[in-house]
Order: sequence, then C-alpha cells, then structure tokens
Amino acid sequence: MTVAPDPKPPLSSRPHVPERGPALAAGAAPPTRLAARDFHLYYGATHALKGITLEIPSGSVTAIIGPSGCGKSTLLRSFNRMNDLIPGVRTLGHLAVSGVDVGASSTDVVDLRRRVGMVFQRPNPFPKSIFENAAFGLRMLGMSDREVLAQRVEVGLRRAALWDEVKDRLDRSALQLSGGQQQRLCIARCLAVEPEIILMDEPASALDPTATARIEELVLELRGRYTIVVVTHNMQQAARISDHTVFMLQGVLVEHGDTRRVFTSPREKLTEDYITGRFG
Amino acid sequence: MQRHFDEQIEQLKQQLLLMSGRAEGITRKALESLMRRDVALAEEVMADDKAIDRMEIDIEEQCIQLLALQQPLARDLRLIAASLKISNDLERVGDHAVNIAGCALQLARTAPVKPLANLPELAEKSIAMLRDALDAFVRGDAEAARQLVERDDEVDVLNRHLFAELMSRMIADPLQVERSMTLVLVGRNLERIGDLATNVAEEVVFSTEARIIKHHADEALGDFDRG
Repeated sequence: MTVAPDPKPPLSSRPHVPERGPALAAGAAPPTRLAARDFHLYYGATHALKGITLEIPSGSVTAIIGPSGCGKSTLLRSFNRMNDLIPGVRTLGHLAVSGVDVGASSTDVVDLRRRVGMVFQRPNPFPKSIFENAAFGLRMLGMSDREVLAQRVEVGLRRAALWDEVKDRLDRSALQLSGGQQQRLCIARCLAVEPEIILMDEPASALDPTATARIEELVLELRGRYTIVVVTHNMQQAARISDHTVFMLQGVLVEHGDTRRVFTSPREKLTEDYITGRFG
Repeated sequence: MQRHFDEQIEQLKQQLLLMSGRAEGITRKALESLMRRDVALAEEVMADDKAIDRMEIDIEEQCIQLLALQQPLARDLRLIAASLKISNDLERVGDHAVNIAGCALQLARTAPVKPLANLPELAEKSIAMLRDALDAFVRGDAEAARQLVERDDEVDVLNRHLFAELMSRMIADPLQVERSMTLVLVGRNLERIGDLATNVAEEVVFSTEARIIKHHADEALGDFDRG
C-alpha cells in the first residue's frame, strides 16, 4: 500500500469531490459508495429498521437525523456490521459498500471494518501513547515496519488536523489530550488504515463549541477524499457539514435529499415538523 | 406543543400587519393632501414616514435576533427571510407616499387641476393590493397571493391610461405641462406601490410554499435535489 506524499493534495486532485446541487445532476455523478435496498433489521422481536433504501455517493457527506430511537445509529452500524456483535440481531434485504454485499458470508468483516471506519460519540482512545493509538489499526493489520508506520501515522494525524499539536509528544499518553484532541486522534486512528468510508456517530456531542467547530471543519476537509456518514442530533451541524440529509423516524427513512433543500423546504410534513421543533 | 418561538413569530406577523396599516394610512394621507391641496397634511406625511422607517429597523432587529437565537429552519426560516424583505417593501411604500406628498405640495402652489378619472381608481387598487398582500401573508394564503400578482397588471393598465390622459392635456395646452408632469409622477408612485404589493405577494408564496415565483423563476426552491 502506498501513502500519498502530500497529506493535503489540492482539491482538484482529490478523487470524487462531490459537486453540490445542480452540478451533481449535470452528468458528473460520482459512483455510489454505500447502498441499502429494502434493508430491515430486527433486535429480537423489535423491528428497528423497516425497509431502508438509499444510495450514498462517493466523496459526499451525508447526515442522518431523527429523534432518539429512530434507528439512525443502527443504520450506521449496519454498514460495517457492528450490529453483528449484538445478540439476537437479524437482518433482511441488501446492503452494499462499493458494490460489495455487506451481509454476504464471504465478506471479510475485518477488511470491511478497515474500509468502513467508525468514530464514536465519546472519544475512545486506548490507554497508550498518541503514536500507538494512531498506529493501532495498522499494527492490527500486521504492519510492523517502523518507517512505514511512522509515515502512515503522520499522514493520519495530519489529515485529522492534529499533527501540529502533537508532533513533539507522540510518545505521551493519549489520555492526556483534551476531549477534542482525543476525538481527532480517534479520527486519525481511523484514517491511518486508509478507509473509504467514515461513519461518525454524534462525533461532537461530547465536545465544547470550539472542539466541535474543529471536528466540523475536519469533516469538510475530509469530504471528497472519503465518503462520510454522520449521525447527529444537532440540526445546525447537519446543515453546516453535509451534502445530503436523511431523516428517519421509527425505523423508517422518511426523507433523503440535498441538505439545502431539506432544511429550507422539506417535502415531507414529518421532516418539517421535526426540524422546526414542532414534533409530537 | 405551543412554543415561545411561535409567539415570537406571531408577534413579528402582527408588527408587519401594523406596519402595512401605517404604510396604507400614509399613502391615503398623501393622496388626500393632493386632492384637498392641503399643505399641512402633506407635511404630516413626511413625519409619519419617519415612524415607518423606525418600524422597519425594529422588525429587522427582531428578525436578526430570531435568526441568531432560534436558528429557525424550513418554513420558520422562510417566514423570517420573507419578513425581512416585506418590511423593506413596506418602508419603500412609505417613501412613495412621501413622493406623492411632495407632488401635493408642488400642486398646491399652482392652479387647481381638472379631476382625473383614473387617479382615484389607481390609488384604490394599489392600496387594496398592499392590504390584501399583507392579509395573505398573515394567513399564509399562497393562493390569494398568486391572484394579487395578476392584479398588478390592472394597476399598470390604469397607470398607462392616466399617462395617456395627461399626455393629451399637455399636447392640448402647454401651460398644463408642469402640473401634468407632477401628476404623471403621482401615477408612477402609485404604480410602484402596486409593484411592492406584488413583491410582498411573491414573498408570501415563497414563505408558504417554498416556491420562487418572482422574475418568472417559477420553480420550487430545491429542485436541484436529484438524490
């Protein structure tokens, strides 16, 4: 695997930079990176996802919004089969990452999770050094060449906009970093293994406004290079950082569209009521 | 769930209604000063306009506060964006009333003019459009707003007739030119009030249906969604 020498290539050389709005429809449509077709998920007798169908274009940022318990995190975790870890989970229908069937028995789950990285609500660095945190995934993949590791760690930390803050103390414990830095370290850990997709489950909800702003800026920076799906309760955040917005309610996908449209003129009354706070 | 925010939105609508009442009142006063050759009344118009200007600033501040503090979305966002524009439209109605009062002052200094058949009708139609546009706004009635856009054509026709009538007077009697030109300006200002009422109506359609109908951009906002 080769590493891009420049961690921040000019925008023009980034793959699949999605155009917003009309330009997207003008013929330069990027390929579908994530797709769900009539996807159902059951937690035992609970029908948590009810026939989800959607396509997420490569390089785009998609926000999933909806009230607690609507299934947004469940959908997110379905894309890298994190739900496999929960007993009693059953799925029906089809999920694909880059055209490959996620649910197929032949699918290598470890490789799937490398390609589909995940960042959680609470920063969860390991009680190890900053370097070892960023290198963790690489070591799990069997990489041990110190030079290659160092290079990949630097790329991950740079792309996560953390390098300048930690480059002189890579051997310090990650737990000494601030919450916002820890979260960016988790993003760096995810980026170091070169995923195609990053799933973020409320990545800024435990952070203060400044740290939140940095994460949001980072999402906009990573947009184009990676396909990003963010679950958020923060409507303004969804509006600021995403190209497309998905609104879910009680396990059903109610509306999926261009973020600018969804937040200015939603098609569905349920979406309108939810985003204007008149829900229920 | 009735929320504090809904009350604030209601207040904003009421203020715009009040402002449009003032704009209508000032226009009527300007016309009355013209018809009655009443200099004092014309001067009152100038003072009244200051109050309308003040209202515009108040409404603007209120809208900006709502945007900053409530971070409204969807129909709430559209309503506040529309309110900002409507308050500006109403402020300009006030300016046109001031222009008409200026014409009244000028005409009061000259010999009386023979009554014009089209002028009162033009005035009534323009003022009625403004009132109906604000009614449609408060009720969120896009259909009524759409009909108003068509009524603007009638106002334009009346203004053209007025212009033609004044033109023939000027041709017939060059001594009438100065007074007639002043009345052409009055017609022009009334016609502009009709245009501003049309703007308000267009904002009503935007606010309620998210459709931009002005400049014949007759397409839904967000038709760029192909996702």
